[in-house]
Order: sequence, then structure tokens, then C-alpha cells
Amino acid sequence: MMENSRRRFIKIAGITAAGFGLKPVTDVLASGGAPKKASPIGDTSAGNKALTAKRWAMIIDVKKMAHEETIHQCVEACHKLHNIPKLDNKRHEIKWIWEEEFKHAFPGQHHEHMSEEIQHAPFLVLCNHCENPPCVRACPTKATFQREDGIVLMDFHRCIGCRFCMAACPYGSRSFNFRDPRPFIEEVQEKFPTRMKGVVEKCNFCAERLAEGKQPACVEASNGALIFGDLNDENSDVRKVLKSNYVIRRKPGLGTGPQVYYMV
Amino acid sequence: MLERALNGSKNYWIWIAALMSVIGVAVVCYLYQLWFGLGMTGMSRDVSWGFYIAQFTFLVGVAASAVMLVLPYYLHHYKAFGKITVLGEFVAIAAVTMCLLFIIADMGQPQRLLNVIFYATPHSMLFWDMIVLNGYLFLNVIVGWNALSAESKGVPPPKWIKPFIYISVPWAVSIHTVTAFLYCGLPGRGFWLTAVLAPRFLASAFAAGPALLILLCLLLRKLTKFDAGTEAIQTLSKIVTYGIIINVFFFFCEVFVACYSQIPEHLDHLQYLFFGLHGKGALVPFMWLSMILMFTGIVMLLIPKIRTNESTLAVACVAIFIGTWIDKGLGMISGGFVPSPLHHVNEYIPTLPEIMITLGIYSVGMLVLTVLYKIAISVKEEAAGIS
Repeated sequence: MMENSRRRFIKIAGITAAGFGLKPVTDVLASGGAPKKASPIGDTSAGNKALTAKRWAMIIDVKKMAHEETIHQCVEACHKLHNIPKLDNKRHEIKWIWEEEFKHAFPGQHHEHMSEEIQHAPFLVLCNHCENPPCVRACPTKATFQREDGIVLMDFHRCIGCRFCMAACPYGSRSFNFRDPRPFIEEVQEKFPTRMKGVVEKCNFCAERLAEGKQPACVEASNGALIFGDLNDENSDVRKVLKSNYVIRRKPGLGTGPQVYYMV
Repeated sequence: MLERALNGSKNYWIWIAALMSVIGVAVVCYLYQLWFGLGMTGMSRDVSWGFYIAQFTFLVGVAASAVMLVLPYYLHHYKAFGKITVLGEFVAIAAVTMCLLFIIADMGQPQRLLNVIFYATPHSMLFWDMIVLNGYLFLNVIVGWNALSAESKGVPPPKWIKPFIYISVPWAVSIHTVTAFLYCGLPGRGFWLTAVLAPRFLASAFAAGPALLILLCLLLRKLTKFDAGTEAIQTLSKIVTYGIIINVFFFFCEVFVACYSQIPEHLDHLQYLFFGLHGKGALVPFMWLSMILMFTGIVMLLIPKIRTNESTLAVACVAIFIGTWIDKGLGMISGGFVPSPLHHVNEYIPTLPEIMITLGIYSVGMLVLTVLYKIAISVKEEAAGIS
């Protein structure tokens, strides 16, 4: 009895102390006013405006996406925001989100008599933020890792550039900085880190924007063709769409659990 | 013992100088790579591993093949290998050294190498590869060096190295198994996604490694007074025969599975390698050459007359070494990346500086091997002189 109450006291005291100790820290994070050192992965720490989820997912409405204009806006918004260099040499290309034809986005699923519309429709492809990501399994330094909310992120300062993750990714979603990207960035955005040569990078589901309470840049630019939300929340937009529409995923048979769904 | 490496003939020094000059050029190329980035190689977003990783894979096999001497000699007391076991261990040291250098050459951020230890990640196969390769290097240095220094003193090797010898046997198997696991555990890479990859790697290793050793023994007999002995060379040739036949057998198992199942993800890579895909087929002539060389090797080795004649045996060994090198050092890695997971066909062709760096690392390996062999042969000549 005695033992028990003492233990409880220590517990409560500890929690209180920790609470007081943490308060100023959360204040600073929430206010966003205090100068902070730029994080190597972009500022992804959650303030109180932050959008949070148990499992982030994206739905691509391919019909709405069929306008070249929309696709272009999505890709541009992302690549501009994340300081993606424009490299002429195709071997060195860096891309986080881009368009592919059906037969490349879904190899093995096309057939000769497919409607022209789908055959030539532009399919946006990006990192699938897999539930069971093979890239995270392969990385020897945990430079690529999965967050609690399912987002797969990169620590550009820890990556050793072994490119094991690129071999492991079955979606070709990763790019490697084959040379210094900085001279090839058209307009450097101060809010997101630029990268150095010799590291891998990919889509981060705009973790830095979610932390500020904003939707991913591509979603914002898509005129409603991209839907983003919490897969674990029954009332979320993504769940509503999934309930009433047939969707497909890229290479579902590999067991990676891709979190980008295509409404065809 | 080391001083024996400093006392050589004029030809010895010319050879060393030649290797050093190749290494010098390679160092300049590497500095350029460090400055520019890996973009100066032929690698790309689609083919993200190239020549470096392919050479690494091939040389892990050469290193592992030392077990084909260690096992018969130490476990079965096969006396004929007594004179050359240390030569096999020294080949392993040189090969693992090259493997480690190829990994470093392939890294985008080599100065962060130690992150693999600071942030040790056991679910990554690369972590285990680091452990088994460094461990194998350590084992062969310990065993080879102590056995040789005992020989130079005319005493039996110390008893405490016995456990290291026994561990080195399964350890040799482990280095090539883990290296195969780098590839065969990746979803979406149909060419590598096969359980027979590790056994096949081992089989080709046990062909290529002993073939190289036979050639080295024949060379040593020409250049020095050291004679490995006819029996040792003949036994090695039988090991090569089994190794290469099993390798080709495993390869045919793969071809059958891909061709009979007709699953495109598996078939496409073989088609690219042997017939070309979407008009691209840079490797086609090499792959057929590899097949011809391996088959020629098998036929030659199966005929006792050719196998027992050391000049024709040497020809067969060269054929098998080059054949397995093309198979693993050219086709295995590129073949896995073409076509890409999105079914694009972007080929890989190494660049000149990339090839220079590769040659430089091979030269480092040959330099290590030359120095170690110089010491070993000197010790053996002295020992023979005493008795």
C-alpha cells in the first residue's frame, strides 16, 4: 500500500515536472516566431496548426487529371517548392512527381484494346509512402525512415549515397544527386533545404507543409484532382472516396502497401 | 617478414612501378569523381548501380573461393594443398581489399562511411555485408600470416589459429550469400528475385576463384622456383570443373523458370541481356561470348587429355575466368536494372574515368597480391633451401 502510493506520487510528480519542462518548448514550436536552425529534412516538427493523421494517403482522380495544364501545375508547384534542379542530362534527372503513360505506371496491366483515353491519359506518379516500405528496410543508416503517420522521409545529412534504396524501390520513385544540384535550381526557396551531390531524394508528402497546417503543394495546385487525407479517419475525404469508387494501386502484389490510389 | 617484399629483381620493380602508375591515374580520376559527383560515371536514375558494384560482386566470389583450399587442407588433411593454401588465402585478402575499395568508390558521400556503424541497421543487408566482408578480411590476415610466419621459422602453426580456420569455412560461404541477399531480397527486381541467386553466386565463385589460382600457380612456376605441384593443380582443375558445371546448371534453372512461366517481369531481363529489348542490346554480344566461353571451358575440362595438359588447362581456365566475369561483372547488375521497374529501357555504358578507377582498384588488388606472394614465395624458397 505504502509502496504503491509512493510510486504514484513519483509518477505524478514526474509527469508534472515534465509538463512544466516541456511547456516552453511547445510554446516556441507553436508560435513559430523563434528563430530556428533549418532542419536537414525541412521543417517537419508539428506546431498546433499542424495537420496530423494516423495514416496519410492520396487519391488521384485520373479523369480530372487529364488536363495537361493541371498535371503541369502539380509538378511545377512541387518542384519549385522543393528546390528541384532542372538538369539537361536525362541520366542525372531529379524528379519527385511526374507523369507516365498507363503502361509505365502500371506495367503488365495494359492490353492492346484498352481505350485510347486511358492509354494516353497522363498518370501522375510519386513516392507511394508504402505501408511496408522496402527502401526503409534496405537503407543501412536509417537515413530514410517511416514516420508514425506513414510518411517515408529522407535525412539528407545522414544519407551515404549507397543507392540501395533506389534498387529496393519498385516504383522508381527515388532520384540521386549525380552532381551538385544547386547551380541548376532556377529560384532557390529559403524555406526548404537544397541538397548536396551524392545523396538520394524523393517526395516527402510535403511533411513541412503539413506541419504548418497546409495540404501538400501538388494537392493544392490540382483543382481537386488530388485528394489527401487520413486513411484511419472514417469521415475523411479519402475514406469517403474510397467507399464509393473503384481504385487501383501500383504493383499491389509486392506487399508494399502503396498509399497512393488511382481512380480510373 | 615484410622485408622480403623489398628485395626483388628488376622485373619485380618494373611490375610494381607499372601498377603504381595505373593507381596514380585512377587516383586523379577518383579526385575528379569526388569533385564532380557520380555523374561522371555512366550510371543513371534507372541504372543506379554500375561497374563498381558489379566488380565488387564478382570479387566477393573470388575471395570466397579460398575456402576450396582451406576446407580440403585443414578439414580433410589433404596434403597436396599444403603448399598453396596460403596462396589462396592471400588471393582472398587481395580480393576483399578490392571489394571494400569498390564499395567506397561507389558511395555518393564516402566521408559519411562510418554512418553505417554509428547508425547500425540490422534490417539492412548492407550492414551485414560490411560485417562479413571485414570479418573475412580479418580471418584471412590472421590465418594466412600466422601460417606463413610459422613456416618461415620452421615450426608448425600456433594452435590458437585453429578456431579461426574453422570459422573461416562457413564465413567464406557467408560473404557470397549475404552479397546475393543484397539483390535477391528486393521486390520489383525480377531478375534477381530468385532463391537460386546465392547458390549460383557460390558455384560461379568456386569456378572463377580456383581457375585464377591455377593460372597464378602456373605463372609462379614460370617466374620463380616455386612449384605448386601437379597434384594440387589437377585437384584444383576438378574443382573448377564441378564449379562451372553447377553454375551453368543453376543458370539453366533460371532460364527455364523465366521462359516456361513466361512471366514478363522475369523474362524481360533475360531478353534484354541475350537478344536486346526495344532496340537496345549493348550487352548481347558479351552475354553470348560468356556462354561460349563457359561451354568451351566445360568441354575442355571434361576431356582428361586436355585437363591434364597444363597448357590447354590454362586456356580453359582463362575461358572460364572471363566467362564468369562477363556473367557477373557485366550482365548481373545491368541486367537487373534494365528494363526499369516502370519498364523503361535505359542502358548503362561505363565512362572512361569510371573504367580507369576500376582498373586502378584492380591494380591495388594486384599490388597487394604481388607483395603478399613475394613474401610467401621467398619464405617457401628459403624453407625448401633449408630442408
